[in-house]
Amino acid sequence: MSPVGVPRQLEIKIARKAFRTTSGEVREVLRDFSTSLAAGKIHALVGPSGYGKTTLLRIVIGLDRDFEGTVTLPPGTKVGMVFQEPRLLPWRSVLDNLRLAAPQAREADLVRIATDLGIAGHLRYFPGELSLGLARRVALARAFAVDPTLLVLDEPFVSLDKALAMRLGDELAMLVERTKVTTLLVTHDIDEAIRLVDHIMLLGGRPAKIAADFDIAFPRAAMTVDYAAKIKAEIGAVIAEAVA
Amino acid sequence: MLLRILSLLLLIAIWQVASMLAASRLLPEPLAVVDVMLREARSGALFFNLGVTLARVVISFGLAMFFGTLFGVLMGRSVTLDRLGDPWLVVLLNLPALVIIVLAYIWIGLTDTAAILAVALNKLPNATVTIREGARSLDAGLEEMATVFAMPWQTRLRHVLLPQLAPYVAAATRSGLSIVWKIVLVVELLGRSNGVGFEIGTAFQVFDVALLLAYALPFVGIMLAIETFLVQPFEQHVSRWRPKTA
Repeated sequence: MSPVGVPRQLEIKIARKAFRTTSGEVREVLRDFSTSLAAGKIHALVGPSGYGKTTLLRIVIGLDRDFEGTVTLPPGTKVGMVFQEPRLLPWRSVLDNLRLAAPQAREADLVRIATDLGIAGHLRYFPGELSLGLARRVALARAFAVDPTLLVLDEPFVSLDKALAMRLGDELAMLVERTKVTTLLVTHDIDEAIRLVDHIMLLGGRPAKIAADFDIAFPRAAMTVDYAAKIKAEIGAVIAEAVA
Repeated sequence: MLLRILSLLLLIAIWQVASMLAASRLLPEPLAVVDVMLREARSGALFFNLGVTLARVVISFGLAMFFGTLFGVLMGRSVTLDRLGDPWLVVLLNLPALVIIVLAYIWIGLTDTAAILAVALNKLPNATVTIREGARSLDAGLEEMATVFAMPWQTRLRHVLLPQLAPYVAAATRSGLSIVWKIVLVVELLGRSNGVGFEIGTAFQVFDVALLLAYALPFVGIMLAIETFLVQPFEQHVSRWRPKTA
């Protein structure tokens, strides 16, 4: 906890996170991972599979407390989470799934969020009757329904076709712009990150830490093709160096 | 449905023919049994005894299911509790119903408390084992989701936990009801002075098969009605979200 005033930012300081494998050896996943996430911005955590991205998210939202270090959330933080799989309650309708996660939300707000994400016509369906794309939208809607101050997304568009992933990404960016919610997005898709976020953290090394930090000066609508290409080249250079 | 009724009618017809061939009071005709049933119904004894037995079934079944679900969930989720509780389960599972009943009557006395406790204890291990299977297959992902979204425990119980256990609860209910009502009759025969089991015991002493059937058959009917009008609709209700197979 910061001695001067209350922290407005999300502070992550992980000295060490290790797993014990079934064969008994200790595998270190993260070391000296330290960053602070500015409020109201979209932050991306980018890196290849197996570099502890999901582990880091689980630590941030408090599902994993077995680590050395501290995570300081601004007081009164309300988390909205989109897991890699939709994780909906299959025995409750889409609308009930939203209601149960956000009991204090007004019906009109739930319907508005559902409309924004194009699932207003599916509120009476059971999750088993939805395609994966629709189920992911419901998961997104549920995260927004709780009116979060911290939105956490773990590869929310993985295994969707490219066009649908881009459209959902745009819808997400639009909602975040409007609600000004601090967002932490995990992805292994560099193009997606450049297109959607304000701040990219590139994970690298074993155990992993932040290999490089990129602030996007012209995010989303302000993005130009040239600027995107420049950022991508910079990221590519860092990755090439890490591999060499 | 039609086929079921036909099959039932065939059974009654065979009974009728057999009783005519035997021509003995040890195998009365169906109509003679109905006569006794009506006589007992007019005196009120039939309804009283059916009601007493049904109450014992409901209470002991409810106790067994409640504690069976509780222990099953705890043992399914905690390895330590499972190791501690498993030997007890094995002992209870292999203790004959008769031993539990007699011990309960000896230790507690010939009371309803002893009767109900004995029946519940007989059913408890089966319910626990079935629910434990369900608790072992709970979806950890949904539990994490409930944690992250800070769902209160009532919501988690009703909307996350119990729907996952519902198929196992239904299975335990089905097997449980049929076991429980049979054991209740034995308990009544051995140590109570009312109920269907007691009446059957009385009938046995005077070899009155008509009286025996006049009590046994309506009770079979009641349990069949519970299964058809309560258990099956409940099962359909809790599985309504499953995509229908064409």
